[in-house]
Amino acid sequence: MQPAPSVIIFSTLSGAGFGLLFFLGIGFPVVSGGVAFVFYLIAFGLAVGGLLASVFHLGNKKNAWKSFSQWRTSWLSREGWFAVVGLLVMGLYAFLQVFFDTTVFTLGFTGAALSLATVFATSMIYAQLRTIPRWNQPATPGFFLSASLAGGALLSGNVTTAVIFLIILGAITVFHWWKGDQRFAEAGSTIETATQLKGRVSLWEKPHTGQNYLTHEMIFHVARKHAVKLRVIAILAMSVVPVVLLVLFPVHHVLAAIAVLSYLAGVFVQRWLFFAEAEHVVGLYYGAHARA
Amino acid sequence: MTALPATTARKLGLVIDLDTCVGCHACVTACKGWNTQNYGAPLSDQDAYGDASGTFLNRIHSFQVQPEPVNDVPQLAQTTHFPKSCLHCEDAPCVTVCPTGASYKRAEDGIVLVNEDACMGCGLCAWACPYGAREMDQAAGVMKKCTLCVDRIYNENLEEIDRQPACVRTCPAGARHFGDLADPDSHVSKLVAERGGLDLMPEQGTKPVNQYLPPRPRDTIQPVMSGDEDILAPFLAPVAEEPKGFLAWVDRALEKL
Ligand code: SF4
Ligand code: SF4
Ligand code: SF4
Repeated sequence: MQPAPSVIIFSTLSGAGFGLLFFLGIGFPVVSGGVAFVFYLIAFGLAVGGLLASVFHLGNKKNAWKSFSQWRTSWLSREGWFAVVGLLVMGLYAFLQVFFDTTVFTLGFTGAALSLATVFATSMIYAQLRTIPRWNQPATPGFFLSASLAGGALLSGNVTTAVIFLIILGAITVFHWWKGDQRFAEAGSTIETATQLKGRVSLWEKPHTGQNYLTHEMIFHVARKHAVKLRVIAILAMSVVPVVLLVLFPVHHVLAAIAVLSYLAGVFVQRWLFFAEAEHVVGLYYGAHARA
Repeated sequence: MTALPATTARKLGLVIDLDTCVGCHACVTACKGWNTQNYGAPLSDQDAYGDASGTFLNRIHSFQVQPEPVNDVPQLAQTTHFPKSCLHCEDAPCVTVCPTGASYKRAEDGIVLVNEDACMGCGLCAWACPYGAREMDQAAGVMKKCTLCVDRIYNENLEEIDRQPACVRTCPAGARHFGDLADPDSHVSKLVAERGGLDLMPEQGTKPVNQYLPPRPRDTIQPVMSGDEDILAPFLAPVAEEPKGFLAWVDRALEKL
């Protein structure tokens, strides 16, 4: 799949933002006044900024509001609802903390649950697609949620929790790669099932000599050859470096900031790979995914 | 709601004969022509005189098939032209993922359509379709797909003979058939029964309505110029398979080099 920068930025930043909102919502830490203001500025900035980035991906932005209508069937619609209601509830909770030094936990817990639900809905947009076997596995929600919780714990200064979630995130990501490499074969789609022709089938001629929306969007070839190197970079930056920094220097502010940046860079690479490595079954009609 | 109807009264769709299709792309052109001049945003082209690409609702792929050897005798490869448009699936995953309600499947005849006035151009439905039957128009920013020529098949302003999809009406080989696949007595259902119509990618669980008729087995042709059916055959038989005299000497000399 084509790794669109807007969608990668969205899922990296808003994941961390909603993670931070989760921890603020459950009162780790309970903040007020100026400190609260800074925390919520970061959290809302990441979450809302990420959401806006995803709107840039749309071909017909004026109809974006209609995406709230299909919550009964569509994960993308549910994501919109969870995000908007979650942000409103957390906005009220934050307002009371910043200006009235009042913490209403009913609001906080509701907002925290909705923040996580948003991340879960985002992950299900990908995980539900049978056409992209690499995404169609339970570990997909697993690493979206753990990435969000790890980022939230890091940003909110919950050092021990951050270390635990960073390790879980690393483990789930490695599992996702390992399982993902087998998913296409497990799904069982081949050029023979796609064409129902008997014998050894290969593409002889494409429909058109040029590219089209499908080949551009879903049959992405560039730089997959660097996948292994990028996986190592992602896991080091996303998990290993922050964990080492936090364990060795738990209270050092500059190093904590480096841990956050390293985590974000790592998640960014991991999300890029999530798209670049994903193979859509439609590629079979275009001669992609041929057996060696 | 982009929920799928539990059942549809009719299942209108296409039956595509892979034995008959000659790969002429006439249906591609007819489809693009009709659907550019009629319902919805026109099917745009980008950089038509350069690195061209554009929106099509119907595309012809061509495959080479290498049959398995028969009695250890290797078989010649065959070419199959493979038209592909929306299969109007019964369990259409493209419909349920749509957040705006723009994508829907009609309860009365099973046609899967996009309401372009509601589409926000997120492209998720194209990701959900295994067959590459949906393309986002790069000029209009909305999703385009085969409409089963819904604006022809019920169109009383057209002659009766034209009330069928443009691709079906155009096909010079008669490789595309249109009808109701829920009715066992329709000519399309009979074709499917007779020729063993097949679902594409059944493992994806989409239950396509459109059916594909597999190529018929290759004819067995008698060896050339055996028997007495052609009295000129002996005169046409190859002569002097081995070079003789001077040519033979040249041949041997060259071989030794
Ligand atoms: S072929 Fe693709 S676009 Fe058409 S109904 Fe099936 S899944 Fe949807
Ligand atoms: S591109 Fe349009 S039709 Fe397709 S899922 Fe998005 S809003 Fe629905
Ligand atoms: S039925 Fe109409 S829209 Fe569909 S492929 Fe044929 S010509 Fe195109």
